[in-house]
Amino acid sequence: MLGYAGRILYIDLTTGKTRTEKLSEDDAKKYVGGIGLGMKLYLSNSKAGVDPLGPENPLVLALGPVSGTMFPTGGNGHAFISKSPETGGVGEAVSHGTFGAELKRAGYDAVVLLGKAERPVYLWIDDDAIQLLDASNVWGKSPFETEDAIKAELGDYYVRVSSIGLAGEKLSKIACIINEKTRAAGRTGLGAVMGSKNLKAIAVRGTNDIVVAKPQEFIEMVKEFHERMKGPAAQKYRTLGTSGDILVQNALFCLPTRNGNNAHFENAERVSGEALNERYIAKIIACNSCAMRCEHEAVVHDGPYKGTLARMEYDNIWALGPNCGVDKLDAIIKAAELCNYYGLDATSTGVTISFLMDCHEMGILNHDELGGIDAHFGNEEALIQLVEKIGKREGIGDLLADGVKVAAEKIGKNSMQLAQQIKGLEVPGYDLRCLKTTALSFAVSFRGADHNRSGAYSMELKGKVDRLKAEKGRGKLVKDAEDIYTLLDSLIICKNAKGTLYKKLEEMAKLYTLVTGMDMTAEQIGVAAERITTLAKLINVREGFSRKDDTLPWKVMNQPITDEGPAKGAVVTQEELDLLLDDYYQARGWNVEGIPTKDTLRQLDLQDYQSIIHGKEA
Amino acid sequence: MVKIHERKFVSVDPEKCVGCQVCEYACSFSKEKAFNPLKSRIRVVRVHQLANMAVTCRLCEEPACVAACPRDALTQSKETGTIVLDKDKCNGCGWCIEACDYGAMMIHPETKVVYVCDLCKDNPEGPQCVKWCPEEAITLVTSDVLAQKARISAIRKLLQEKEDKP
Repeated sequence: MLGYAGRILYIDLTTGKTRTEKLSEDDAKKYVGGIGLGMKLYLSNSKAGVDPLGPENPLVLALGPVSGTMFPTGGNGHAFISKSPETGGVGEAVSHGTFGAELKRAGYDAVVLLGKAERPVYLWIDDDAIQLLDASNVWGKSPFETEDAIKAELGDYYVRVSSIGLAGEKLSKIACIINEKTRAAGRTGLGAVMGSKNLKAIAVRGTNDIVVAKPQEFIEMVKEFHERMKGPAAQKYRTLGTSGDILVQNALFCLPTRNGNNAHFENAERVSGEALNERYIAKIIACNSCAMRCEHEAVVHDGPYKGTLARMEYDNIWALGPNCGVDKLDAIIKAAELCNYYGLDATSTGVTISFLMDCHEMGILNHDELGGIDAHFGNEEALIQLVEKIGKREGIGDLLADGVKVAAEKIGKNSMQLAQQIKGLEVPGYDLRCLKTTALSFAVSFRGADHNRSGAYSMELKGKVDRLKAEKGRGKLVKDAEDIYTLLDSLIICKNAKGTLYKKLEEMAKLYTLVTGMDMTAEQIGVAAERITTLAKLINVREGFSRKDDTLPWKVMNQPITDEGPAKGAVVTQEELDLLLDDYYQARGWNVEGIPTKDTLRQLDLQDYQSIIHGKEA
Repeated sequence: MVKIHERKFVSVDPEKCVGCQVCEYACSFSKEKAFNPLKSRIRVVRVHQLANMAVTCRLCEEPACVAACPRDALTQSKETGTIVLDKDKCNGCGWCIEACDYGAMMIHPETKVVYVCDLCKDNPEGPQCVKWCPEEAITLVTSDVLAQKARISAIRKLLQEKEDKP
């Protein structure tokens, strides 16, 4: 069982007690690692119905078997798993960098954080030595400042740090966990879970060797992937980066604009990946072990936001730009920097702000109720003020800091119709009305609205399926795409590298075998992916989720696209959604209510969890 | 014998270095059959998101590490310029670490004696960091070639600036 460290670290933050447990070979093989192993550990250490921000909700940090090796992008990932304060179901977020590799070298496959510290602490994992140290001097500080302060305090530059900002401390449900200054485990509000435990940061130093079972064959495979990463499969990421999709999606009329009121942004050129790269990208850097570096660092050299530095991707440009009607890149970069500063998920923050702007324009909230902020679409100053307010939970920011669903519930007056969310998680930058397979994938995603659970958008943007059509067969497509993503998040391999895995299941199984020495076939790893997705579903079922929760935002189902163009008139009807859901559940072996059947649990070797579906099968 | 100016050393271009640490893995795997930056002869530093650089031994002409060693455990190879350690003499005191301006000297976590880049002298493929660097940021160069490169890029920049100015 090489690749794995073979140990799971448990820390009770209430008592300060720690213990390690062996990782069983059975669990390793069944749940692979990353989100798979993390969700298994979550389920074993939690009870149904816990308050996501209460001490009884565990926060799990998990690595994959590949973490710490030289496999490009595979060496560097880590995942956080818990109950999401945003969705009330399973929350998970993956990040990359160097943090995961360091934790593996410290000798752990996962860390299970239980309880709540009496006062602000940070966790210091120095190989076998585990300490909870006073975090009062970094409380209130940004992840950026926290990282520098902890490195200085511990006197070691090579310490790697994951931390929360002010937003996480103030239990904002859209708070993220940031490692190495610019990388975020962004979605589902796990920064708030960390904050609720009074845990400011996790600092790690690991000095042990990582060895693989079949070094020669492994290094040959690494060499092959280095070559592939020089080729077309990685070109997009190596050049413009994901922000290149701004113009692609705009041309296809699937770039949600002004909170989804339009599907096309008239000023997209101004915020395009092309404009970003020409004017602002100062350097492209890499995570540990990566051979296709993609992290685009933007610097603003002049104007009111001079000196701003942020990592820019399609997602944060879209959320803080077109989605808010803002067409000024320097302001968007500033807003992204502030999201990092406060430790906010940029996607959720942007969607929450666009919701507020929509409410204002629709007359639901007046100027006074907004605390004097001129929250009109396109006002970049309002955008920046609002990020600050949300980060500090100040004034109107307090209303917004828990995301769009909570805000709409508080505001009332039909504002939920403007809330672009599924299961409470804000919808990222894909107009689901004219991307119907993507719409299905968002509806069924166990962590709420999300493109990173399946990447179904990719087949629609590339025209591999008719994106305006809802038909049988899409369920299986989404299921298969989800399974691949589930494995990427479990092994953990970066999603940007997915294109370099020409033979997906086969190559992932081969990688697993070469690293761990445990035989794994393409078929077996495919079954593991199904098992992990169904396990995630079981966590949600345990929390009361069913078909009713697999739905789409009001606008997607009730407000057809009005822009002149290829997608005009597109909308997803209830009939279409029902057809797609039935098709997907069938492909998964779940019943019409979206509950996994007894047979499916048996086939996936998940019989132990039968009590969860008890009484819900009919 | 090789003339001093023909000596080649591992040089890293900070413009090209992206901080991926592939060189560290390539080095430790090739030398120690394990993935562990602590056993790599080349180390990556990211002092800032925009400032990334891998650093290893520069084969100085008057190596301070050799001069600093109180036990005469270090010598410089006349042929290649690499720093050679007499393991029996080294007691891990660390004077060489203090003396080196580049952090190229390190104490091995297991053997507890000094280790440093030897240009992969036993590997027919040459330095593995050079071979593996995905950005081609690492090269094996002589000081002459390095100076040539610097001259050419300086002149290019100068001419470019002239063209840019109407």
